[in-house]
Amino acid sequence: MSAVLQVRDLEVAYHTSAGPVRAVNGVSFELEPGERLGLVGESGSGKSTIALALLRMIRPPGKIEGGEVVLDGTSLLPLSDEEMRRMRLASIAMIAQGAMNSLNPVARVRAQIADCFRDHDVQLSNRELDERISSLLERVGLQPSVANMYPHELSGGMKQRVCIAIAICLSPKVIIADEPTSALDVVVQRQVMDTLQVVQTDIGASIILIGHDMGLMAQVVNRLGVMYAGDLVEIAAVSDMFGDPLHPYTQLLIGSLPSLSSKRLMRAIPGLPPSLLNRPAGCPFRARCPHVMSRCESENPALRQVRPNHQVACHLYDS
Amino acid sequence: MAALLEARRVTKAFGGGVFTKSKVNVALEDFSMTIQDSPPSITAIVGESGSGKTTLARTILGMTPPTSGEVLYRGTDLRRLDGDQRRQFLRDVQVIFQDPYEVYNPFYKVDHVLEVPVANFNLAPSKEKARALIEEALQAVGLRPDETLGRYPHQLSGGQRQRLMVARAMIMRPRLIIADEPVSMVDASLRATILDSLRDLNEKLGVSIIYITHDLTTAYQLSENIIVLYRGSIAEVGDVERVVNAPEHPYTRLLISSIPLPDLGRPWEKERVIPEHAGGRMTGRLSCQFVDRCPSAMEVCREKAPPLFQTEDHRAAACFLYRDRPELGLGDVHQVFAAKSSVPIEA
Repeated sequence: MSAVLQVRDLEVAYHTSAGPVRAVNGVSFELEPGERLGLVGESGSGKSTIALALLRMIRPPGKIEGGEVVLDGTSLLPLSDEEMRRMRLASIAMIAQGAMNSLNPVARVRAQIADCFRDHDVQLSNRELDERISSLLERVGLQPSVANMYPHELSGGMKQRVCIAIAICLSPKVIIADEPTSALDVVVQRQVMDTLQVVQTDIGASIILIGHDMGLMAQVVNRLGVMYAGDLVEIAAVSDMFGDPLHPYTQLLIGSLPSLSSKRLMRAIPGLPPSLLNRPAGCPFRARCPHVMSRCESENPALRQVRPNHQVACHLYDS
Repeated sequence: MAALLEARRVTKAFGGGVFTKSKVNVALEDFSMTIQDSPPSITAIVGESGSGKTTLARTILGMTPPTSGEVLYRGTDLRRLDGDQRRQFLRDVQVIFQDPYEVYNPFYKVDHVLEVPVANFNLAPSKEKARALIEEALQAVGLRPDETLGRYPHQLSGGQRQRLMVARAMIMRPRLIIADEPVSMVDASLRATILDSLRDLNEKLGVSIIYITHDLTTAYQLSENIIVLYRGSIAEVGDVERVVNAPEHPYTRLLISSIPLPDLGRPWEKERVIPEHAGGRMTGRLSCQFVDRCPSAMEVCREKAPPLFQTEDHRAAACFLYRDRPELGLGDVHQVFAAKSSVPIEA
């Protein structure tokens, strides 16, 4: 089955006055049709930068320095600004972190969804527009009357559902959800994630879910990728990731998760991620890795397949 | 001796009034709680957005006066503290706010937020010692001093700003820290670091903590006692082990079953959950706040608001399912708090 999205050797850097910050350091992965791929990592690991890069929304001083992004056969990086504008929302859409704060506070919900159709030259009569908007709102579990409301009249969960409705209104192939539920409580989060999965199946889209809640990933995604300091260090089916984590960082990360079954001292990973400004040579995790070897100091391990559907970037698995 | 901080039947309502048509929004109703000077305690206040938890934080900090009821610092109403008492209060009670964007003055470098309390409260005898104190606090929350100091707030991420607030509260060595979602924007491994630091403060320096959050998992890990808030009133309260492992109030059960566990053997239950309605709290105590979403709703639930029923030595739930148990007065909530456990936590 051919992948709907192919990312190859993507590199993004922010050119600051102190020098270039390598936020994404040669990341490659594929997204299959209908799949839910999760991307986890600490803040600063590069996961949100990847999301912005896929939509070509990186602003100066950030810059996509290299690599390829192919969406349904079309290479995105060489497109003109206007061609890319047409791809956004229609082929690839994003639900951003704190998306509920990006709704226009002085426009009713109806107007904000109508804008999307208008911007992408979808010609609809007023009646057709109303029907489409009602059906979109119902799809995300909202009453059609919400169309006439202002964002401040809605709760956090409802605003987030409006953002989902906007993201799916043109039935894109890929939806990127960057921490869509971090501001919501667990009950609403579950409802919103349920909604997202239902609409995803409805329109046949693939989802990239970015976040740092491993519990949420375990419940929602099919495959999971782990980012560390701008590198993709492990990617596997979610059951394999939790059942048999290979990269030392993944192992420590899973070990640091608090549980509800027993109170235990939370096991933080000692140390800090490396500075991306003066990125040292070798593996970015070596300063905190319990299995570090001399090879790790000079050689950054490449992401390689070591089991079926399980890739890891670690010298422990290099034969 | 008077308690360090006491909330007595605090009610806070917004809106309403003679000239407006807007509804009165009762964010918190009849809330009581006591924090003693010693032994130091860690209490979690858990609730979804709209539960009143941030209003609670602001009221017990004296940032907003209660509509009725009172908040006492060492026996004196916050509104009647004299200059000295107020200064002592500001030293004793520190807050870590939820929104790491609003709390910073964008014109100052972030160093300001750490240097000012050190200077105001004479926490260090010299500039070098002050700098050392600040760097130590930053490292305790996983921030690199050389990448944090000298920057403006907009140059740091939300998670970094949040951690900076935690560092600031820790520098002050207060008697009580009120932390309102201090780690919501921080990822898993760093959360563990910061919460460990807070726990250290409690165990080694005797600082009490009120940990306000919607994340039951970290609330469970960090605290001994828990108050579950729903739409401005207490739904369940008591020993965190009991409340989390055997929740009694239907809302607490809903909360616990909604937590996504990083365990593929324990998937989210597929039960249909009635979503919240757009309106706020139903004013007055005419019915149970949860009745419209409760799978166990009975007629009596629509007729009156349930009082707290004490179901165990260290537990109470405001639910008519337990109406055969003794009632617990709202002023006696602290009686169900478990004493600090002497059993060491397994490593």
